[in-house]
Amino acid sequence: MAAHSAVLSVSKIINPFWGGRLGNTVKVFGTTLTSHRNKTQRAPPPAKYGGRHTVTLIPGDGIGPELLNHVREVFRFSCVPVDFEVVHVNSALETEEDINNAITAIRRNGVALKGNIETKHTMPPSVKSRNNLLRTSLDLYANVMHCQSLPGVQTRHQNIDIMIIRENTEGEYSSLEHENVPGVVESLKIITRNNSLRIAEYAFRLAREKGRRRVTAVHKANIMKLGDGLFLQCCREVASGYPDITFDSMIVDNTTMQLVSKPQQFDVMVMPNLYGNVVSNVCAGLVGGPGLVPGANYGRDYAVFETATRNTGKSIADKNIANPTAMLLAGCMMLDHLKLHDHASSIRNAIFTTMNENRLHTADIGGQGTTSEVVQSVMRIIQSKGQLTAEF
Amino acid sequence: MGSMQTVTLIPGDGIGPEISTAVMKIFEAAKAPIRWEERNVTAIKGPGGRWMIPPDAKESMDRSKIGLKGPLKTPIAAGHPSMNLLLRKTFDLYANVRPCVSIEGYKTPYTDVNLVTIRENTEGEYSGIEHVIVDGVVQSIKLITENASRRIAEYAFEYARNNQRSSVTAVHKANIMRMSDGLFLRKCREVAENYKDVKFTEMYLDTVCLNMVQDPTQFDVLVMPNLYGDILSDLCAGLIGGLGVTPSGNIGANGVAIFESVHGTAPDIAGLDLANPTALLLSAVMMLRHMGLHDYGNKIQTACFDTIRDKKVLTKDLGGNSKCSEFTADICRRVQDLD
Repeated sequence: MAAHSAVLSVSKIINPFWGGRLGNTVKVFGTTLTSHRNKTQRAPPPAKYGGRHTVTLIPGDGIGPELLNHVREVFRFSCVPVDFEVVHVNSALETEEDINNAITAIRRNGVALKGNIETKHTMPPSVKSRNNLLRTSLDLYANVMHCQSLPGVQTRHQNIDIMIIRENTEGEYSSLEHENVPGVVESLKIITRNNSLRIAEYAFRLAREKGRRRVTAVHKANIMKLGDGLFLQCCREVASGYPDITFDSMIVDNTTMQLVSKPQQFDVMVMPNLYGNVVSNVCAGLVGGPGLVPGANYGRDYAVFETATRNTGKSIADKNIANPTAMLLAGCMMLDHLKLHDHASSIRNAIFTTMNENRLHTADIGGQGTTSEVVQSVMRIIQSKGQLTAEF
Repeated sequence: MGSMQTVTLIPGDGIGPEISTAVMKIFEAAKAPIRWEERNVTAIKGPGGRWMIPPDAKESMDRSKIGLKGPLKTPIAAGHPSMNLLLRKTFDLYANVRPCVSIEGYKTPYTDVNLVTIRENTEGEYSGIEHVIVDGVVQSIKLITENASRRIAEYAFEYARNNQRSSVTAVHKANIMRMSDGLFLRKCREVAENYKDVKFTEMYLDTVCLNMVQDPTQFDVLVMPNLYGDILSDLCAGLIGGLGVTPSGNIGANGVAIFESVHGTAPDIAGLDLANPTALLLSAVMMLRHMGLHDYGNKIQTACFDTIRDKKVLTKDLGGNSKCSEFTADICRRVQDLD
């Protein structure tokens, strides 16, 4: 089983000299873009009382609350030194008070684990997606997802191992829309040099740290010549500083075609926001579905963990059939981020043993197990390894 | 058996001419009542310096209303527009339709795919309106209008009704792009009211992608704005085997319809009798159905699929060793036998 070491923590500030005029007065800490050698691991937020971390927990809607309860159950059972500060966000409200509270809590704790907050798109355009607000307010610019074929899961394609790095704050998700005259709407897609360089830098650095050989930029620069053209150019510039890593690019429609026929050809992929949405969902589907893949959103100062495909799962909520794997693995990614590697590995191994050896599967991957059965199995395996655990 | 109908044939570049010839041979074997009018659409500079398609091509298409087109290459000369874009603008080809049906005998990891993607083809993210706001900040404008959205929705429902499809799904991202995709969605809902015999659903783009690669059989007709359509139609083409076997049709205002193969010109095999005419042939079948000549369409499609299933005379891209002419001859023989 391949190493499931977590994705890296937050990256440095990238403030290229040529982007300075945009008013950002943060210093560049001594290194230029082209000479990153050291692993940049930001220290996790300081633990509070007696070595215990506090993490913000946002239950969200749909299957979020129940899955996060299971995460807490497993953590409590394994005596993980993490306390959760639960912050509820009511998606039915039009005011932003709830989400602002959540954002403040995350600023305070530095790390969060969240379920998806439903966006009722029947609400007026002024009521923006809460998830998106969270990402942009905290500047969580990199969405990272690692899709790997799991031996215990039946899928049409095997041997997939793709890391997807998606720009998480701008592009088509800028939420800048207006109606010029009745019946004519413009939606702005913003691509900036700074953010493109930043995400490209993140991708290459991650690729190097993980020993990956190739980074592919996904774009549509043949049509969006200026926007995606800028993104591509930034990727090329960053690539020149990493001669050990091959860089190529692919147009997004061809990419999806290639993914469904030969996904094994891809290694690391970097792309703007919307294509990231498409590609990450395609890849998640290829390795077995939304219940399996965890996702992480990294910013300079904060990290928020969730399931990779961000589904609310309303139709399967509270039925004890949802797959807890993605959320549990997201919890493990969070533990790695907090440098609690032993706990992360132990829980992760238990999850994979349940899935690949015991073959206890929930309905979404073709099995008949319930959510609680899978969770119980995970806890039993953790206990059997002889570590300190609480009572069942 | 009706009278002969004229179709404007645009062979195109690269392998275009040879696959067009293959299609003409097969139509002749099927005795389809089609009279081909060959035209070239290489852009020329008109009065005033604007690029346009040659007047005789335009005149032929305006008259016949139906076109069949092979792959076109876009010259790299600066300022030269994309040929496909020029055609689209000239005839206001607002709907791109791609039926994706699994081809028995051409194995892919996906079986039983049977869906249709209908893509709005004039606006959306491909309006081409981009500018540099300040150095390092670029803005691309996605345009959604009420008229274009209504038009594509109406086409989608009409298509569903005329082709006995049971449901239409609008694909969108209105959670993020509330106003633009919201407008698109509203228009779809409005049009759905007039087509109660067709089931209407809405689904987020990411959910469609996620579900499509796990179980494509759950989808029927999908309607969406330009960019999502571009991505999804290619994704679906990938499910059934790629652009070499995928048909495509473009519907314009004023009753014009141009059917085309969407693969490239393949210059490396041009003129070597190695090309696979399936994509163009299936597009021609789509064309026959559009013209109401379902019997001929079905006959030719059956012959084509039988040849592929039989695996004896396949072109290289389908896994065989035969020439284009051999593949074509086999289909012609089967078509005649089916009579």
